[in-house]
Amino acid sequence: MNADFSPEDAAFRDEVREFLQNEFPAAYRDKVDAGIRLSKDEIVHWQKILHEKGWAAPNWPVEHGGTGWSPTQKHIFAMEMGLTGAPEPVPFGMKMVAPVLMAYGSGEQQQRFLPDILQSNVWWCQGYSEPNSGSDLASLKTSAVRDGDHYIVNGAKTWNTYGQYADWIFCLVRTDTTVKKQEGISFLLIDMHSPGVSHKPIVLLDGHSEVNEIFFDEVRVPVENLIGEENKGWTYAKVLLTHERTNIALVPRSTRRLRALRRAAASLDDGQGGSMLENPVFSHRLAELEIELKALEYAELRTLASLSVGKSPGPESSILKIVGTELAQRIDEMFLELGAYHSLPYLPEQFDEGFQGTNLEPGGLAGQGLVYLNDRKLSIFGGSNEVQRNIICKAVLGL
Amino acid sequence: MDFSYSEEQQMLKESVGRFVRQQYDFDTRNRIAASETGYSEENWKLFAELGWLTVPFGEEDGGFGGSAVDLMVMMEEFGKAMLLEPFLPSVVLAGRLLAALGDARRKAELLPALMAGNLQLACAWAESGSRYNLANVRLSARGEGGNVILSGVKVNVLNGPNADKLLVTARESGAVTGREGLSVFLVDRDAPGVDVRAYANMDACRAAKISFNEVTVPESARLGKPGGVYDALERVFDHATAAVCAQAVGALDSLLRKTVEYSKTRKQFGVHIGSFQALQHRMADMFIECQLARSITVMAAMQLDSEAPWQSRSAAVSAAKSRLGRAIRRVGQEAVQIHGGIGMTDELDVSHLFRQVTGLELLFGDADYHTARFARLQNAG
Ligand SMILES: Cc1cc2nc3c(=O)[nH]c(=O)nc-3n(C[C@H](O)[C@H](O)[C@H](O)COP(=O)(O)OP(=O)(O)OC[C@H]3O[C@@H](n4cnc5c(N)ncnc54)[C@H](O)[C@@H]3O)c2cc1C
Ligand SMILES: Cc1cc2nc3c(=O)[nH]c(=O)nc-3n(C[C@H](O)[C@H](O)[C@H](O)COP(=O)(O)OP(=O)(O)OC[C@H]3O[C@@H](n4cnc5c(N)ncnc54)[C@H](O)[C@@H]3O)c2cc1C
Repeated sequence: MNADFSPEDAAFRDEVREFLQNEFPAAYRDKVDAGIRLSKDEIVHWQKILHEKGWAAPNWPVEHGGTGWSPTQKHIFAMEMGLTGAPEPVPFGMKMVAPVLMAYGSGEQQQRFLPDILQSNVWWCQGYSEPNSGSDLASLKTSAVRDGDHYIVNGAKTWNTYGQYADWIFCLVRTDTTVKKQEGISFLLIDMHSPGVSHKPIVLLDGHSEVNEIFFDEVRVPVENLIGEENKGWTYAKVLLTHERTNIALVPRSTRRLRALRRAAASLDDGQGGSMLENPVFSHRLAELEIELKALEYAELRTLASLSVGKSPGPESSILKIVGTELAQRIDEMFLELGAYHSLPYLPEQFDEGFQGTNLEPGGLAGQGLVYLNDRKLSIFGGSNEVQRNIICKAVLGL
Repeated sequence: MDFSYSEEQQMLKESVGRFVRQQYDFDTRNRIAASETGYSEENWKLFAELGWLTVPFGEEDGGFGGSAVDLMVMMEEFGKAMLLEPFLPSVVLAGRLLAALGDARRKAELLPALMAGNLQLACAWAESGSRYNLANVRLSARGEGGNVILSGVKVNVLNGPNADKLLVTARESGAVTGREGLSVFLVDRDAPGVDVRAYANMDACRAAKISFNEVTVPESARLGKPGGVYDALERVFDHATAAVCAQAVGALDSLLRKTVEYSKTRKQFGVHIGSFQALQHRMADMFIECQLARSITVMAAMQLDSEAPWQSRSAAVSAAKSRLGRAIRRVGQEAVQIHGGIGMTDELDVSHLFRQVTGLELLFGDADYHTARFARLQNAG
């Protein structure tokens, strides 16, 4: 057993660190520190900087413009990005549809779509969930009926993250209603600008609308936008769900936030004449979370190590999802408590692009209440934590 | 031993309950929340007519002479419907503080107007570094030629944007966290030097950050003994804290009820999600939390109405608020989780209830603060 980085890995870490130090724009760093969302343009700009360096797609194979990094290097890169607060690429193109294209798409489809994803020229969103098909995704009803060289798509998707910005959506659609529900699903790429596609933003707990409903009304989709074979979509989607599980544990983000929490606690009054960090109850609970993070980090490293010897991550990745999201939520709770009355103001607009006023709360705390609210999503999406526990019961414990 | 409501309490419960059920549905509340003042003037007038605004005041002040249990009955119903009208900040908190500290002339001038619904008050106590410690006050009051000059900043002034007058805690002498040297001043919200930054809190109620920039008030604006108001302040806040617990009990009940109902209608995998034992047990736990929250709130209200020494009454209130803090976390988060994505949407009242209880969790002190206060009071006893 050896958890040390090799000299090469350590050198790589220093290189990444230096690059991020110099190239991640200071203005974006300030925004991230203040909890202000980066705009689409800013995220694209940052992606293009990464692309210039050849680092836009750490997980892609070299032939498609990836880095060819080892799992350890990918881990180092994700960690350093997270510690800097530099945004990861929006996952829907880079991490979700691209691997499907590489595995099951035709050469033509790969050439058509992958370069624009790599260069962040085109934004994708994920169209899986429907109003009546959440955890039971395979029950989805949005239909695609073949009509000559086209599919005619009708139905509604929901919870589409960043659907309002997307140029394209990858969808699971029903192409056969006569077979077992998993066996009649196809994987279809749809141009969001097609006639008959419309969207409606959904406002969430924190006052923002990062998700949308998307409606398809007699949308004509060329058959060349079908991935792989008709009615094999469920298999493609599932293979991906178990493979594309990088950074679901949110270790870099939680590391960064715990450090920020410690710093903030040291600078804030406890109201009784000391600092919050000196408050025994608060510092005890902070330590518990730091310990949990260590356990999580090593659970992730062990998964990573088995990946690097060629094993595919099994249902154990459910552990990372459950522990990672619940730890992130507990960190949010501590921020909420730390802020006390400063956590209460509900000012979503304060974190919008272009907000001109001054933030209401003292340094670093503005908006932590909103983060607490918004992060309730972490245990709901990406396979709810109940569903993840079911997976452990069934696939690991044999129940 | 008797845990049943008196006839009067039963009537109060029915009258408030009827109002929120018939006139305070979710859409109505959303409209009120989006209005300029964030509450309905019409409702406020109605509350006055129904006598609700007199409940917390003694008969000697022209009030109904209501007990902590009476108040609990009302607040629970208000909590169920997420009432936005400033009953807590204007009447229970600021009104009671005025009743506790004001002289006869001042009370005669203001309390009848408050009870008639013609006056809005707010209490400005919290500061940037005070957390929940009422004694932690930096805002300074210094005498100058027969006047008093107030300088400092208050945060989270509930009902601040709508208040006609503010009751402001200020330090006349002593260390920042000292109980001695605290006074309360009555200040016009429009007085020169009073700078109000208004906003809405998580629960959609209006609040303000208020800067007092060398605000001059006459000596007569001081309510109570110079530098000697801490005990009275703490007692008023204990009553208000118990009221907040009752409000949370109502809101948690709504969350539980809506979650159980939803789990019986939402289908996944061909069955109601309420049939999954993983969720059933958690709803059973939510139910247990609601029951304990209610029980300890009743305990606190009964203690407040007793003749017990103040120390044990305060301990009872802290016990309740501490336990409520935990119940709020559990029930609030589970309600959202069991609803799934839909529980996160603004469209559904569950997300509003979740925000409301999250606000109540912190108001007047979170679970850690009240556990520590309880321990201090127990150890001293
Ligand atoms: C902010 C956000 C962003 C999202 N982004 C996207 C996106 O970009 N694209 C996309 O396609 N989807 C997206 N989703 C949808 C997400 O995947 C679903 O919300 C999730 O699958 C749960 O489905 P549901 O909301 O319908 O809840 P339901 O499936 O109705 O579940 C309700 C509750 O029942 C529980 N439950 C369900 N089945 C079981 C069971 N068998 N045993 C025990 N408990 C069970 C759930 O865990 C949950 O607690 C997003 C969701 C959110 C909240
Ligand atoms: C100290 C002690 C004293 C006792 N005294 C008495 C006595 O005086 N008289 C008497 O008659 N009996 C007595 N019992 C027996 C007791 O009632 C049984 O142990 C109990 O009913 C559980 O049965 P079991 O041990 O067979 O466990 P099982 O019923 O086999 O249960 C095993 C586990 O499965 C869980 N489980 C079972 N069914 C479900 C379900 N539907 N959903 C979820 N979880 C489930 C249980 O909670 C438990 O965790 C006593 C037991 C103990 C340990």
